[in-house]
Order: sequence, then C-alpha cells, then structure tokens
Amino acid sequence: MKKTKAVTSLAALTLMAGLFAGCSSNNNTDNTAATNGGNTGTGTEATAAPEGDAAKDIKGNITVITQRTDIVDTVFKDYAAKFNEKYPDVKVNFEALSSYEDQIKIRMGTSDYGDVLLLPTSVAIKDLPEFFEPLGKMSDLEQQYTGLEERTVDGISYGIPVTVNFSGVIYNKQVFKDAGITEVPRTFEQFQTALQSIKDKTDAVPLYTNYAAGWTLTQWEADLATVAGDREYVNIAQVASDDNFVPGQPHYDLYKVMYDAAKNGLIEEDPTTTDWESSKADLANGKIGTMMLGSWAIGQIKGLATNPDDVGFMPFPTNADKILVPLSDDYNLGVSIHSQNKEAARAWVDWFINESGYPTTEGGGMSPVKGAELPEILKQFEGTDVTFDTLAPAKAGEEGWVDAIDKEAEIGLWQPDFKKVIIEAAIGNRKDSYDDIMKDLNDKWKAARAKITAAQ
Amino acid sequence: MERLSNLSYKNQRLLIILLFSLVPVALLLTFSYLPVFKMFQYSFTSWDGFSKKMEYVGFDNYKTIFTRPEYFTVFKVSLYYFFATFVQMGLALYFATILSFNVRLKNWFKGILFFPTLLNGVAIGFIFLFFFKPEGTLNTLLDLVGLGAWQQKWLLNPHLINISLAFASVWRYMGMNFIIFLGAISSIGSDIYEASEIDGANRWHQFRHIIIPSIKRILQLNLILAVSGAIGVFEIPYVMTGGSNGSGTFVIQTVDVAFKYSKLGLASAMAVVLLGIVILVTILQRVLIKEEK
Repeated sequence: MKKTKAVTSLAALTLMAGLFAGCSSNNNTDNTAATNGGNTGTGTEATAAPEGDAAKDIKGNITVITQRTDIVDTVFKDYAAKFNEKYPDVKVNFEALSSYEDQIKIRMGTSDYGDVLLLPTSVAIKDLPEFFEPLGKMSDLEQQYTGLEERTVDGISYGIPVTVNFSGVIYNKQVFKDAGITEVPRTFEQFQTALQSIKDKTDAVPLYTNYAAGWTLTQWEADLATVAGDREYVNIAQVASDDNFVPGQPHYDLYKVMYDAAKNGLIEEDPTTTDWESSKADLANGKIGTMMLGSWAIGQIKGLATNPDDVGFMPFPTNADKILVPLSDDYNLGVSIHSQNKEAARAWVDWFINESGYPTTEGGGMSPVKGAELPEILKQFEGTDVTFDTLAPAKAGEEGWVDAIDKEAEIGLWQPDFKKVIIEAAIGNRKDSYDDIMKDLNDKWKAARAKITAAQ
Repeated sequence: MERLSNLSYKNQRLLIILLFSLVPVALLLTFSYLPVFKMFQYSFTSWDGFSKKMEYVGFDNYKTIFTRPEYFTVFKVSLYYFFATFVQMGLALYFATILSFNVRLKNWFKGILFFPTLLNGVAIGFIFLFFFKPEGTLNTLLDLVGLGAWQQKWLLNPHLINISLAFASVWRYMGMNFIIFLGAISSIGSDIYEASEIDGANRWHQFRHIIIPSIKRILQLNLILAVSGAIGVFEIPYVMTGGSNGSGTFVIQTVDVAFKYSKLGLASAMAVVLLGIVILVTILQRVLIKEEK
C-alpha cells in the first residue's frame, strides 16, 4: 500500500517536472529569437533577395499569413507551386485569418506571427521597426514601386503594397439606364438627383450603405481627397486645421452625401440588418444602384454578375474644380522581425508583388510596380478630366499626425461609429441634427489636435 | 536516501495534497490573477497595446473616465438586461418546477431548454440577426398566425432594439439557470413531497412551501450571477449590432476604446471600474437580501 503511494507521488512529480521543463524550453527559444531579431532590427541593413542562380541557395520553411480566407487553399497553393519552380528549397505554408486585423494584433504580442504578413493598419507607423524587417531605403525602392510612403519610417520602407486601390462609387449601369440617367453624375446635386430617379423609376435600392457590417462605412473616408479635389488635403491641410468638420470643409460635404441620402429615404429599408455578402450579388444583378467601395471590390462583384459589363466605377461626386481619384495602398506586405528565414521570406515578398500577378488579378487594383499597365476599368477615363494620383505624404515631422489626433479624439475616421450615428440621425432614430454631429466631431478634433501638436 | 514511505502518513498526505494542487493553483494564478494584476498595472499607463514602451500616467485614465459622462450613459442600456434577468429567472424556475414532476417527454423538454446554452454566442447572434430581419423569421411567423399588423423592424426601432436584444439574451442564458434550478429541486427528497401530499398539499402549496425555501440559496446565487451578467452584457449586442443604434453597453465601449482607438491603458481603467461596480452591486445585493440565519 505504502509503495503505491510513493509511486503515485513520484509520477506526479515527474509530470510536474515535465510541465515546467516544457515551459522553460519554450521560453529559451523565444528569447533567442527575440535577441536575434532585435539585433538585425536596429540596423538599417536590408535582407535583399539575391539574383539569378543564387535563388537555388535559399532554403527554409516560411509561413505566410494572409487575410484571403477565400482563396488560401486554391489560388495561394498555385502561387506556392510557381514560387517553388524558382526557389525549390523553400517550403511555403499559409495561414489565413478571418478577421485579420483583430487576430494579428493579438499574435503580434508574441514573437510568433509568421514570416511574411500584412502590416496591420492599426500599428502606429513609428512602431513598425519593432515588428518588421526593413526592406530597404525608400529612395532606392522608389525606383521600382509606388505607394511606399505609407509605411516608411525615417526613409526606410517596411512594407510594399499588395495592390494599389482607387476609391469611389461602384454602380450598376443597367439600373442607371433604367432610371434614365444618361450622364454619370459629377456634383453632389447631380448625384442626389440620380439617386432620387433610381428610387422613382426602378425597384433598386439607390444607395446601399451596408450599415450592419460597419467596416463598409469606412470606405467613404477614402473619398475625402476627391471631395477636397486636392492630393495634399488629407495628410497636410487637414492636420493644419482646427476646422475639420465645419460647413464647407471636405469632411462636412463628404458625409452630407450620406446624411442626405438616408434622410430622403434613398438607402436600404432597414440598415440595421444589412448583409455584405448578399449586397455584392444584389449590386451585380441590379437590385442595388450604388455602393461606396474601393476598386478591390470590383472583381468580386463582377464575379457574381450575370452581365459583368453592368458593373461600373465612377469617382465620388465633388464640387471641386478637378476630379481626383485617390490611389491608396491596400495592405502592405512585410517580413516579421522574428522570422528565422528572412531571405526566403523576402524572396516571397518580391516574388508575390512582381511575379504572382496578385495585385491586378486577385487584388483587383493596380500593381505597385512602376510602369505596370492600368486595369481595364480605368481605360474609360483616359483623356477625361479625371486624374488618378496618390495622396501627398505628410510634411516631415508630421508623419502619423492624422492617426494620432484621430485616436486621441476617439473620432474614428476609419471606424464605422460616427457614420452609423449619421445614418441613425438621418432616419430619425436620434435627436441630433447633422450639424450637431459635425460640431461634436469638430470639438473633439480641435481638442485632440491641440494636445498632439503640443506634444511634438 | 530519504524515502517517501519513511514519512508519516500525515506528512505523505500533506505532500501529495500540495503536489496535486500545484497544477490547478498554477493555472489559476496564470490565467486569472496574473491578467487581473496586469490589468491594474495597464490602467495606470497610456499603453496602446503594441508599443514596447509603456508610459506611466498615474490616475489620468481614471480621471478621464469620471469626468466624461458619456462613458456612463450607456449603463441605462443595462437596465433592459436587468429587467430581462427577472423574466429569465422566472421562466427558468417555472420550467424547472414543472419538469421536476412527472411529465411526459420530460427529458426531451429538458434537452430543448438547455440546448441554447451549448451554442456558441456568436452563432446565436447570427441566428437572431436573421430572426429579427424585416423579412426574417419573427415577422414571417407573425404574418402566419394572423398578427401581420404587429410586424416591426425590430432592430431599427430605437424603442425596440434593446428589448429585442434582451430577448435573445434571455433565450441564450435561461437554460443555464434552468439546469441549476432543476439540480437544486431534484435534491429535495421525495419523502417530503409524499408527506405533504398526505397532508393534503397541492402542487402550488408544494412549490410555495417546499421548493422555494429549499432552493433559496441557489436562487440568490443565480440572481447575483444574472445581475452582474446584466452589467457586463457584451456578446449578443456586439455580434448583432456592434453597439450601434443605441444598443452599446459599457463592455462594448471598453472594447472599442482598446481596439478601435488603441487606448489599452484607458480601456483597462474602464475594466477596473466595471469590476468595482460589479463587486459593489454584489455586496449590495448580499446585504439587501440577507436574512436571519
């Protein structure tokens, strides 16, 4: 009897020892990874992919994290196969996260967040060097790619855009035709009239807000530069102004379009129960007139349409002198600072952007590679007064201010919250008027701006 | 070498108890107390959730919370869930009592009532989102039974949205209350019922004078859990509406502050405040419903 007890307790001891040993050995590997990463991270030396036959020398096992749950097992597998023709000794694993931004944020608290991943937009730009491998000097990379300035710190680039998007209104041409709209509306007034005639003459929902999904409302913010008609507005003029949301300013005009449409009953019947997935099919097949989205959605919507030629793109309405369609980065692709196979990871980044074809096919926008051809849907704008341009980067020393002020003020330029409030107010669920909402936002902006500019 | 069997029986027992409790205690410390301790620590910083450096800001976060009334106005949404709590407890007690007697298909009903508890909260959110759609299940059902005039846009109407959401919440959590009540009621010996029947007690008398007094403790416990649950409502409104259209709760707001605006320090302070409120309400409840022993 006594012997059994001794045996049991010994067994328990061994178990415990095993548990702790397991923990500590894990810790060790983590620590070494962290120190290695730290060393390379502080230098500005970039891991460049070697040319030619050297490709054969790159070995390793890399994990690529993506947000494309829809194609990770199909298209991405094909990419990996093609990649292996050039780099036979690199094994590529994929991991797709369904709500990428939220999940990767938590993973980045550890050192285990894959080898190649998309730079989360919520990481403050200045913190990027703590998480990502430098890809090279922006002045060098600039010869080859556009859109680098969005994720560059002190002249060093940490990510390359997987595609370059343009934003505006995606609409159904057949619905417009049925409503008797012959010319694409240009000004705010023409746009509201167009929506009204869709309501009067067709069964389609004139403007689908996708209120319930939330993030879809943030797509409006990308059209700010079109409303301003100025590529310097977003990053330069905006941070220099205390009056960001007063009448006459781009933000006021931009969301007035949303408010007026909702107020005049030109949006869906019950915004609180909208469904993003089915809205794409509805736009494709003429049950919805317009949606505010980025170019990345065009491919997805066309894919659902019985007649893909019905799906059209037009710039957001504006009263500015010239029509500017802003080009902006989709997610940027970068290499984790904790990667054990940085060369292989870098090789994947370069290959993915330059050779996979992703930016224009699956990404649905323009390739960030300089000199690449324009997508088909934009050819209609050649020779018109519509220009496509990237946003001017912030002034030196003011990088990331828009973001910092926004977060300090809890306005949420890129969050759905105040857009939801605007719609709720417009359909009569709230007492505040449009001007009340804008005044509140402006007060917050002013207070936060004072705080941020004083801190610099 | 010292052998374990040389120890006295008492010491061996002590040693084994200590060794075996090491694992659960370690788990408890790592996953319960350490995070809470960390939360207190973060609540005094302006940490954004990523950055390697944390700046100590003292009581600034708490000052922000208590000087901005908009953080507290959302608590009135909790009132809807608070009242729903009583509906939930009443229904749970009702079903538990009925099903503790001999009823046809007893186990089948038990299964039906407990089933929602097994479902994932996110799935329930999506089910009810469809349920409340203008052309969804509820309105179709109303139409079918001839109550078409009662059709509503359940989530659009600002007066109905919180009631609708609280209804979903009652559906989700009632099963848990029900099963606890059922367990408590079945622990009452059948001889007591028999004796009472001989004395001429009917079902109502049995419920009033046997069941209620026997499960009073459990009733109190369920009430405390339900009320603190009402203060910390989160997943149903978060999944279904994201807190929009006036359905936001304090926890949703905390999550927004932490992850939308990257103010983890402030959000931690809000969590600490919420913890304080829950503790306060629990103590208050215990004092108020305390009875002579």
